[in-house]
Amino acid sequence: MAEKTLRGAFPLSTRLLTERVGIAPMIAAVVLALIILAAIFAPLIVPHDPILQDPVMRLKPPSAEYLLGTDAYGRDLLSRVIYGARVSLMIGIGVTIMAVVLGLAIGLVSGFFRTADAIVMRVMDGLMAMPSVLLAIAIVSLMGASIWTVMAAITIPEIPRVVRLVRSIVLSAREEPYVEAAIALGTSMPRVLWRHLMPNTFAPLTVQATYVCASAILTEAILSFLGAGVSTETPTWGNIMAEARIYFQLKPMLILWPGLALSLCILSINLLGDAARDILDPRMGKRED
Amino acid sequence: MTSIWRNLRTGILGATAMALVSALPASAETITAVMHSGLRVMDPVITTAHITRDNAFMVFDTLVALDADFVVQPQMANFEVSEDGLTYTFTLRDGLKWHDGGEVTPADCIASIKRWMQRDGGGQMISDRMESLEATGDKSFTLTLKEPFPYTLQAMAKVSSLALFMMPERIANTPASEAITEMVGSGPFKFVAEEFQPGVKVVYEKFEDYVPAPGPQSWFSGAKEVKVDRVEWVTMPDAQTTMNALINGEIDFMETVPVDLLPLLQGMDEVKSEVLSPLGSVTIGRMNFLHPPFDNPKIRQAALMAMSQEDVLTALIGNPEYFKVCGAIFGCGTPFEFTDGSETLTSGGDIEGAKKLLEEAGYDGTPIVLMQPTDVTTLTAQPIVAAQALRNAGFNVDMQPMDWQTLVTRRASQAAPADGGWNIFFTNWIVPEVSGPLANVMLNGRGDQAWFGWPDDPEIETLRTEFASAADLGTQKAIAQKIQAHVMDNVNYIHLGQYYSPSAWSEALTGVTKAPFPVFWGIEKTEG
Amino acid sequence: MPIYFLRRVLAAIPVMLVVAVFVFLLLRLTPGDPAAILAGDMATPEQLDRIRETLGLNDPLLVQFFRWIGALLQGDFGTSLISNKPVIDLVADRMWPTIWIAIITLSLSVIIAVPMGVLAAWKQGSWVDHLVMTFSVLGFSVPVFVIGYLLIKLFAIDLRWLPVQGYKAPSKDLAGFAARAVLPALTLASIYIALIARMTRASLLDVLNEDYVRTARAKGLTEARVLFRHALRNAAVPVMTVIGTGFALLISGVVVTESVYNIPGLGRLTVDSIFARDYPVIQALILLTSGVYVLVNLLIDLSYSLLDPRIRY
Repeated sequence: MAEKTLRGAFPLSTRLLTERVGIAPMIAAVVLALIILAAIFAPLIVPHDPILQDPVMRLKPPSAEYLLGTDAYGRDLLSRVIYGARVSLMIGIGVTIMAVVLGLAIGLVSGFFRTADAIVMRVMDGLMAMPSVLLAIAIVSLMGASIWTVMAAITIPEIPRVVRLVRSIVLSAREEPYVEAAIALGTSMPRVLWRHLMPNTFAPLTVQATYVCASAILTEAILSFLGAGVSTETPTWGNIMAEARIYFQLKPMLILWPGLALSLCILSINLLGDAARDILDPRMGKRED
Repeated sequence: MTSIWRNLRTGILGATAMALVSALPASAETITAVMHSGLRVMDPVITTAHITRDNAFMVFDTLVALDADFVVQPQMANFEVSEDGLTYTFTLRDGLKWHDGGEVTPADCIASIKRWMQRDGGGQMISDRMESLEATGDKSFTLTLKEPFPYTLQAMAKVSSLALFMMPERIANTPASEAITEMVGSGPFKFVAEEFQPGVKVVYEKFEDYVPAPGPQSWFSGAKEVKVDRVEWVTMPDAQTTMNALINGEIDFMETVPVDLLPLLQGMDEVKSEVLSPLGSVTIGRMNFLHPPFDNPKIRQAALMAMSQEDVLTALIGNPEYFKVCGAIFGCGTPFEFTDGSETLTSGGDIEGAKKLLEEAGYDGTPIVLMQPTDVTTLTAQPIVAAQALRNAGFNVDMQPMDWQTLVTRRASQAAPADGGWNIFFTNWIVPEVSGPLANVMLNGRGDQAWFGWPDDPEIETLRTEFASAADLGTQKAIAQKIQAHVMDNVNYIHLGQYYSPSAWSEALTGVTKAPFPVFWGIEKTEG
Repeated sequence: MPIYFLRRVLAAIPVMLVVAVFVFLLLRLTPGDPAAILAGDMATPEQLDRIRETLGLNDPLLVQFFRWIGALLQGDFGTSLISNKPVIDLVADRMWPTIWIAIITLSLSVIIAVPMGVLAAWKQGSWVDHLVMTFSVLGFSVPVFVIGYLLIKLFAIDLRWLPVQGYKAPSKDLAGFAARAVLPALTLASIYIALIARMTRASLLDVLNEDYVRTARAKGLTEARVLFRHALRNAAVPVMTVIGTGFALLISGVVVTESVYNIPGLGRLTVDSIFARDYPVIQALILLTSGVYVLVNLLIDLSYSLLDPRIRY
């Protein structure tokens, strides 16, 4: 794996890029950029306060004032979907950062030190054996729902996957002559880990990170659906849909708009992840004959 | 390991056997109903959960029962009260039998009453005044009091929040802190234990030896005549799914139809919908009296002033045909309907007034921990609307979402809000549960002994004691009115209005009767 | 082979122990009191304490933990705090719907996804490939419950071909069972199909580049023969791996699907038990699903040697 990723250098020109991965990732990048911009500038672009209720205006169809209509509390759906991007992306990115940082740290140590490895990997196997959504519901439900507990609950089951990836890379990289040489020369362990082993993990971790991010956003939606998500005072795509689920037949658009935003976002992230993998790992890409 | 497999195997075989048993002949009439939640706890003395009470009314019978006019009627027993109001003599009807074949005896009833007295507020009041409770014949027993307590029969007949059910002595001898495990009653339906799946399915069969009480059926009194072979309660987690199942003819009865979904049933001949409980339910907010800022009556008043019943009810119910802005804490349509002190609640709230009060009280911006349940659809709207009203008035609101069971656990905590306690939460009651000064547990003002929130309110306790010994309705009404005014002034809780949940059922069912919660006697099913 | 098998089984013990400790600590160190839930609205503090005492919740954590493990080793999974039924009975009652749905989902996924993947690999770079890949990415980009609701709306409400919800035991009513299993299985399969199709395609592409496939081609074997005789057999190993690791995903999906279609299976039992703080049931169920996960992956490891003659233990 490590050899392969070492071979997969980043391509230099965009022309080459489109040729190798096709047009879909380009569109995905644009869509994702738009979603991120909307999330960042949400307070400037939303037409209404996303949590301001107006009982008289509840469940109204789309109109000039409310472009996507209103929800059961008379709140503007468009504004909520835009704000939802903020929290959903924050959860996605937050979980990714936490999972990657923790996973990297644990994975490096575990791959390098044999004694730690045995214990760490048993714990990781244990975490991995537990069904992630059930674990997350249990954590959120037991600790109380807030953005932080939701993020923690989604992060914990993701860590072992990152650890395993990092560990496998470290295990093969430490056999490399330059690493052995560094150790023989008496380079300190932290330095070996930091300077020589960690860089090997960047490429595969980038690919893994996109999947973690996509799955985190999706898991948040599922948690909300099952009644273990954050309060609808903080709109997320997941809880907007969860709150609207009983109106599915009467007002399907209440679910479909946030659903569309969520699906587009995840689709984009996944497509980018695929593209990254194709570039970084040529054997998975175009047939070479 | 082997025993695991043995257990699993018996489970599997049991399940298959079960499948065979339930493949009844096609002529068997079965009503399949979806109730408001799944049955998990079976003991109606241990828990106040409504579904547990509903189940108990199927399986057990009551000594006396309320009719639609709130009048206590004989059910299992006739009763006589001595002129001095100290002696209550109960005489059991002939032919009453338990589901296991045994006869109903006074000893069974005495054990049942004693167990109930340990848990129920009304029961405790009787118990405090009780001289003796003993059998006086094969069919009769006597309750003797030390002082007159006119509320006695009302307490024994109440339909909710620990109704008094008769159980065989061996079951009623279970300590009141432990749940009973056997469902053997003398009610109109037998509980089919082999088919019970907690949280999923409850099955009842008609009890062939049941002897209906004389007189026409009215609420829980009169003849409970079962006209079908079986009733099955199945749990569905999702109202949308339940509606579709009803429309497709997969189920016969749905207890609670969200009002917003009623349009789906419009123009449909095969499904009827109607409000079965004429009194409906109330929704309330309760504050914690132990901790700032709601330990200050002025700040409680400010919170009440900020609230608007109409806003809450619109968000909760939607269609105004199904709710009622009503300032009476004992409920509109009850004997004690007074509305003193409720003007701001019923006229859209007074944000400016609330702001002023809050300033006068010197509110320092302490955040208010508002607990919001996320998994109970009838309780999700109140916190959201209330939070906005409170913020508008200048409160600093910290809304904390949690599932209902967490809320139930947390509201029992007297700790400071910042250390895992709370400031305010919302809940619903059916009107009979709040319709009188003694039945309404939120009016208990005995500090630590009171309901969650723990107000120490000697004034209301005096009023309630007076009410308990009031001999006639006129005096009772006068005291109830004082209590209404006091509750609004002291803000023991915030009464947020009354609402009516429609039920829906297939046209194959006839004889569906009105009652505060669904009853399945009197219903016939014709094959459509 | 037997020694390898034994070693793998022994290796599962510490994993299960980690799961047990984790679940136990998670439940005991977080707020939530089953006694308060059992006691209901009118309980006094003293009554609460008596209930806690009878449930053994007042004992030290270590005592509670070892009591639980001790009982487990004797095959006793405990008794539900809420319904007072033995956990083993609850599980036995509720496991068949889940098992059946899982089996149907798996078969459906393999039947649909493998040909999709083969087609995509064979026509690599063509529009067929792009279509399959896009579709498969879509499969795990749309939340399971949205897919579920869309299918219900289309097939159960608008077309009225299938029932909206519910479950019937196949032993009792086979047609009823099948009619009710189709939509949940399709819903659940959406993720699996996506995963398996992608993995089939990727591993097939790998194999197609191997020397022996090139040799086969050079020998002039037909494309179909190359694909099915040589390539697919070898591509089966990674596909099996995906089925194993995807098992966790399946469990997650089951939880949602059972709630959308109102299937009384283990997923709903777990969620209900979590919300009700029914500690013995939660503990047993998470331990059980983890155990099944470990077992499934063990079986898949062992199946490698059957599928790929190059792997020997």
